[in-house]
Amino acid sequence: MAKKVALLQGNEACAQGALYAGCTFFGGYPITPSTEVAEVLSVELPKIGGKFIQMEDEIAAMASVIGASLTGAKAITATSGPGVSLKQELIGYACIAEVPCVIINVMRGGPSTGMPTGPGQSDVMQAMWGTHGDHAAIALVPDSCQEIFSETVRAFNLAEKYRMPVQVLYDEIVGHMRERIEFPEPGELEVFDREAPGVGPEDYKPYDSTKGQVPPLAAFGSEYKYHVTGLNKADDGFPTTKASLVDAEERRQIDKVLDNIADIESYEEYLTEDADVVIWAYGSTSRSARYAVNELRKEGIKAGLFRPITLWPFPEKRTAELAKQAKAIVVAEMNLGQMVLEVERVAKGNCVVVHEGRVDGDPLNPGQIMTKVKEVL
Amino acid sequence: MAYDYEKSIRPGKLPHIWCPGCGHGIVMKGLIRAMDTCELDRKNTAIVSGIGCASRLPGYLDACTLHTAHGRAAAFATGVKMAKPEMNVICCGGDGDGTAIGGNHFIHACRRNIDMTYVLMNNYIYGMTGGQFSPCTPTGDLASTTPYGNPDPIFDISKLAIGAGATFVARTTAAHPREIDKLIVKGIQHKGMAIIEVIDDCPTTYGRRNKFRSVIDMMKRLKAEAVPIKAAAKMTAEQLEGKFLTGVLFEDTEKPEYTAQYANVIKKAQGA
Ligand SMILES: Cc1ncc(C[n+]2csc(CCOP(=O)(O)OP(=O)(O)O)c2C)c(N)n1
Ligand code: SF4
Ligand SMILES: [Mg+2]
Repeated sequence: MAKKVALLQGNEACAQGALYAGCTFFGGYPITPSTEVAEVLSVELPKIGGKFIQMEDEIAAMASVIGASLTGAKAITATSGPGVSLKQELIGYACIAEVPCVIINVMRGGPSTGMPTGPGQSDVMQAMWGTHGDHAAIALVPDSCQEIFSETVRAFNLAEKYRMPVQVLYDEIVGHMRERIEFPEPGELEVFDREAPGVGPEDYKPYDSTKGQVPPLAAFGSEYKYHVTGLNKADDGFPTTKASLVDAEERRQIDKVLDNIADIESYEEYLTEDADVVIWAYGSTSRSARYAVNELRKEGIKAGLFRPITLWPFPEKRTAELAKQAKAIVVAEMNLGQMVLEVERVAKGNCVVVHEGRVDGDPLNPGQIMTKVKEVL
Repeated sequence: MAYDYEKSIRPGKLPHIWCPGCGHGIVMKGLIRAMDTCELDRKNTAIVSGIGCASRLPGYLDACTLHTAHGRAAAFATGVKMAKPEMNVICCGGDGDGTAIGGNHFIHACRRNIDMTYVLMNNYIYGMTGGQFSPCTPTGDLASTTPYGNPDPIFDISKLAIGAGATFVARTTAAHPREIDKLIVKGIQHKGMAIIEVIDDCPTTYGRRNKFRSVIDMMKRLKAEAVPIKAAAKMTAEQLEGKFLTGVLFEDTEKPEYTAQYANVIKKAQGA
């Protein structure tokens, strides 16, 4: 049977991906260029008995999503830079309390109100370090409408599997672009559901590390009564200041991501096997970079593309290998130098690392990238 | 026979963190009695708070308890209630938590008239952080950040809740412990947003600084200033100067409740 296809905008694809993943709750606050995600879900969620609520601000939206998730719902919010800034304290809450949720950030320029209708990629460091305190982060950066669909599904899977907030970042260009989408059949993409507690209510501890690095989360309103707090806590969920417990819990919450990089990591490579110069680019910029690679190859320059799809945790291992193989890495991103800092860190001087950026509201074009490649070689 | 509070308290969680003479413990006892009277199934009850001394209350109670971030209780609770409308949702917290940093969530939860009971402990101060003034610190009073007397006017929380659209609003004080559970019971039974403002005391950071010699003095003040709404009807404006009204201040059973409204949205979306 032919697959269902549609011409969808990136934001619409995101909403459809959420529904495919089993999302039943959206809490949000309108902001360009993300609003279509909310609009589609306001139509679709009630049809399946799900809930859509427009909250009074982005902090409230994030709070509602965490509250809903604690009752067992797969929950999502969608916003852009100013909204993500407001959510930061509660993103940290979801980290420490280990509550699964998905945050969509359709990136525009900034800081502050910036250019609401222009694209940007300047929230990528914020996705890792925006909230205070040590924590792990997972952030995904799709580059097409089809991939926004599948990465939104994956974001839910990772959130539920690792019991944490997962961010999906794509820029305004991909968010508002329309492309042909093939809807995956049910069962075609993995859909991960939260693990059940495995012990009875009397024995349940929400942070019991003897049950694994990611202890199962029971739902409020089921048979389980437990306590959730943003304070450092012991395995039973109650606050503690005991040094050894605080330390062990903090480390477990970071290790649950770092020890599972193979499962979380995702990237694409294009013509990197023999590349002298690797263009390191993500999101809409990687589309310009791919074009640049083809043009440079025609001119006899051995260029390749490394495209992270999981941006955080940072693809350290493969980036380091490429730094040993290539003469140069050109990091192309719509900001004035963010992920390039990470690339430099892991390249350890094994190759030249340069940055090509842009923040004037226009996309980074292939010509710009090609010029940089030629400069560096 | 002494009331059995123990069965509602989580084993091993006492002693609580509150100072001797703190009013929050009186409110907690009232809440326990009210939950018992309403026979709330603790498994199906979420108690949600923000941050502050008052907000530490849920941790002691045997239920689904959610101690959130400063000011955000009503917003978290809205998510819980929307996702699982069959749950009983109770919010609790302080005056700073609910009306300063959380003021926006507070008024919007009132406006939506979502079915929950919010027990707001108004001790006129930011207790937990050592006594800075709150939006409810009386003008002229001393706080650690109003060394020359508080220049700010106050919020009247109950009026704020009524204005914002809550459909059950009641007030009492920690000096009237029997009224606390009676009003909370009514709040729980009410379908819609119920605000129960309990004016209580913080001897440690407010009382001492404002020359209350003892907790008893603070209780005496609460008793002197509280006027039951029925008695107030017979009093002159002059007699009511410096007093506040207690009892059920407002009740509206007509305004639709939010999750019921959303159930209608679902029906429409499903073409029913
Ligand atoms: C975002 C944020 N800002 C400030 C604080 C510090 N803080 C903790 S409790 C509190 C005030 C609590 O006052 P109130 O809500 O009246 O409760 P009380 O302690 O008086 O019971 C403040 C300012 C915080 N925890 N988080
Ligand atoms: S500081 Fe004040 S509000 Fe906090 S526990 Fe002590 S008396 Fe109560
Ligand atoms: Mg207070």
